[in-house]
Amino acid sequence: MTKPATAALTAPHHLSYTYKRSLGKVLSAFFTALRDRRFLGIRRANGSVLFPAKEYDPDTSESLSELVEVGPTGIVTTWVWVAQPRRQQPLAHPFAYALVKLDGADTPFLHVVDAGSESKMATGMRVRPRFCDVPKGAIDDFVFEPA
Amino acid sequence: MSAKEEQASGPVMVLSCPISLDYAYSAGQSASRFLRAIAEGKLLGQRCPVDGRVYFPSRGSCPMHGVTFGDDAVELSDKGTIVTFSIVRVPSQNIALPLPYITVNVLLDGADTILIHVLDAKLEDVHMGMRVQAVWKPREEWTTSTANILYFRPIDEPDAKYETYKEHI
Repeated sequence: MTKPATAALTAPHHLSYTYKRSLGKVLSAFFTALRDRRFLGIRRANGSVLFPAKEYDPDTSESLSELVEVGPTGIVTTWVWVAQPRRQQPLAHPFAYALVKLDGADTPFLHVVDAGSESKMATGMRVRPRFCDVPKGAIDDFVFEPA
Repeated sequence: MSAKEEQASGPVMVLSCPISLDYAYSAGQSASRFLRAIAEGKLLGQRCPVDGRVYFPSRGSCPMHGVTFGDDAVELSDKGTIVTFSIVRVPSQNIALPLPYITVNVLLDGADTILIHVLDAKLEDVHMGMRVQAVWKPREEWTTSTANILYFRPIDEPDAKYETYKEHI
């Protein structure tokens, strides 16, 4: 294969847009509570509590409406250490992605644990939330840290 | 209560979800040649070796016959004929004209494929077959970008005959 006489042109491209998601009754309550530094799960017909709150039961598709406050502390059920965060990841320094089961919830959810070092992480460890100064009602209003 | 205070105390009804993607675009050999030419004010198409049709902008291979185009570049005029058009009344980004404006499919003289661009003309004047010409940015602003052409503008030439562009509608 012959080498081209001139190199191909390259250019940085940036594609971005912001879409607005209308939250509906259940998720509106969930994110409003989050802005107030509270965590809302939702109860299923079998009595178990889903966190984050969902509009529908994932098994039976029944509508759900009984919001239940859970947390704010919880336990790590599994985790992975991010030693070299990429630019758009939640923290600029090393952190863990973990499944955290909040006290009172029956399902774990994926979130950030700002533990400082991998040696501080362990399955079964307890964590507590640390909120930003002005929560706006979004999932990145808080991270977890070792409790 | 100000809107900001309301936002801080009322229920959260909407979630803003920013999506963002950074990537490095490589134009490849054929489009690079096209872009280097447009930086000199030239419009390059490429001729299909099978049926002789001229594709614009130039590209690496023929979408009809699957053959490589090679180095057979064809320089095209910046004049052309409006094949179809549409009036746009909703805002968009990076358009050089104010609303409402006209988008046009232009068949450049010498090309066998259409170019989609915008037309600076009175809405009531635009029509199929209208002869137009590119309006370029000032020469000192030319780069390896199709944005060197701002828009098209009508020129004082008789309309093209329907037969000359009907296959592109």
